[in-house]
Amino acid sequence: MTEVPTTGSETETEALTSDELLVEEVSIDGMCGVY
Amino acid sequence: MTLAPDMATRAASPGKLTDLFQLGLDAPICLTWELTYACNLSCVHCLSSSGRRDPRELTTEECKAVIDTLERMQVFYVNIGGGEPTVRPDFWELVDYATAHHVGVKFSTNGVRLDAAAAARLAASDYVDVQISLDGATREVNDAVRGPGSFDTAMRAMGHLRAAGFRGFKLSVVMTRQNIPQIDAFKAIADEFGAQLRLTRLRPSGRGADVWDELHPLPEQQRELYDWLVAHGEEVLTGDSFFHLSAFGGALPGLNLCGAGRVVCLIDPVGDVYACPFAIHENFLAGNVRAPGGFAGVWKTSSLFADLRKPDTGGACKSCGFYDSCRGGCMAAKFFTGLPLDGPDPECVQGYGEAALASVSASPGLPVPRPSVDHSHRTGPRAAGGPVPVSIAPRRPSASPGTKPVHDCDESPLAGFEATSPGAAAGCH
Amino acid sequence: MSTRTDATFDLDRAWQVDPRVSMRPEPFGALLYHFGTRRLSFLKNQTVLAVVRSLADHPTARAACLASGVAEAEVPVYARALAALADSKMITERMSHDSRT
Repeated sequence: MTEVPTTGSETETEALTSDELLVEEVSIDGMCGVY
Repeated sequence: MTLAPDMATRAASPGKLTDLFQLGLDAPICLTWELTYACNLSCVHCLSSSGRRDPRELTTEECKAVIDTLERMQVFYVNIGGGEPTVRPDFWELVDYATAHHVGVKFSTNGVRLDAAAAARLAASDYVDVQISLDGATREVNDAVRGPGSFDTAMRAMGHLRAAGFRGFKLSVVMTRQNIPQIDAFKAIADEFGAQLRLTRLRPSGRGADVWDELHPLPEQQRELYDWLVAHGEEVLTGDSFFHLSAFGGALPGLNLCGAGRVVCLIDPVGDVYACPFAIHENFLAGNVRAPGGFAGVWKTSSLFADLRKPDTGGACKSCGFYDSCRGGCMAAKFFTGLPLDGPDPECVQGYGEAALASVSASPGLPVPRPSVDHSHRTGPRAAGGPVPVSIAPRRPSASPGTKPVHDCDESPLAGFEATSPGAAAGCH
Repeated sequence: MSTRTDATFDLDRAWQVDPRVSMRPEPFGALLYHFGTRRLSFLKNQTVLAVVRSLADHPTARAACLASGVAEAEVPVYARALAALADSKMITERMSHDSRT
């Protein structure tokens, strides 16, 4: 299962475990501004 | 390279992906490249107001020079569109050149030239992907927007792709008031052809400005769409175009980030670089690839892009609890509905957009911005039984008083002249 | 949040970056794009980039970590990063005939 970056309420979790999240991943279709 | 102070801090410790992307990268991750304004269709909502080729379109050699730059910058892939990119005689030559130079290609097409041979060629390459456009699950709904015959053209093209064994190509749909009820049927079509469904947002851009009022989703349809997207997760692509819907609840898959001018941009057929394909307007024009610095120079030094890459303060949306996930929505949607860019999206699911729109129409002031570039066919097909396509329309006034948009038959011999490389200007279409 | 099990990543085998992956160094670390899966991975510091880049040069992933300056105590953190990359096929196990000279 791949990591999907999240916003909002999960930032606290991210701050606690930031040393674990050395890699993040997203689908290349996942940023706005491209066809 | 020297790091700006905030980048240096981020280099030292892991940060949020979205923060880093908002500040912009040294090169785009991917970008949209509209190869031509020519198109065999006249879709009523065309975001690039395409139809007629522009006489100043980049030559084959100029296109290859752009690809060389993208290779150097390590742009991962380009989404080639238009107009209809396959009507350019050098289309395949450019696709092959791009992949040979380590730039992946995805191209958007209405399918008009996607015959069995083309499908076989595509199926053979790992580095080329294709996106078929369709805006109705039935001929009636589709052709009302895209014109008679367009449904059949798309189906035929998808049949060729399936027969050639190309699995996982994209079926790309712009969601409208008319086709949201067909959302399950779209999924079924995609499944039938072994394709991946891609749903994207209608924006009031290009000719979309003229049909937005009648075609944009109703509030209850937005909720329906959001719930459907959540239920289907990463099975269905969205081009991250629905992050404004994240304010309904949990964030949708994707970065939920406007990448315009930060990690993506548009190169248009005449080499103009815009923040994104939904913002083809001089306010979002960053430069031109024919300038001495080329595309790299525009990406790195454009003052428009520098502005977009400043940290987002949220403006009027800052106090809303959902700002973190919706980020104030789409810049282009706000711009072309006359809303301020530091306020709510016109389709804000909390309703703030409607209120903002009401106050814009109630107060006198500047007219709503219009596209500065229009390559629509002068006459177009009339869809049977559907809304009349806007290709038969009076010339739009330029958004900027005192400047005339360039017309093919402009009397001035210097119309549209800009210092370009020798041989760049072609004759009238 | 991830559901992968870190225990499945074997630090003591030989690894390499998949040939279909394009790696682009950035001030913060790197971007990796896989042309086959069309996934984009984001490496968040220079060390994890150094580890990934050097995977093919070392007999094991653990050796690559240590050679890139990762302290013993930090190795599990880097193992989790490598597990994520393996999970998304950015890196693959290296067969003996793939070893570099």
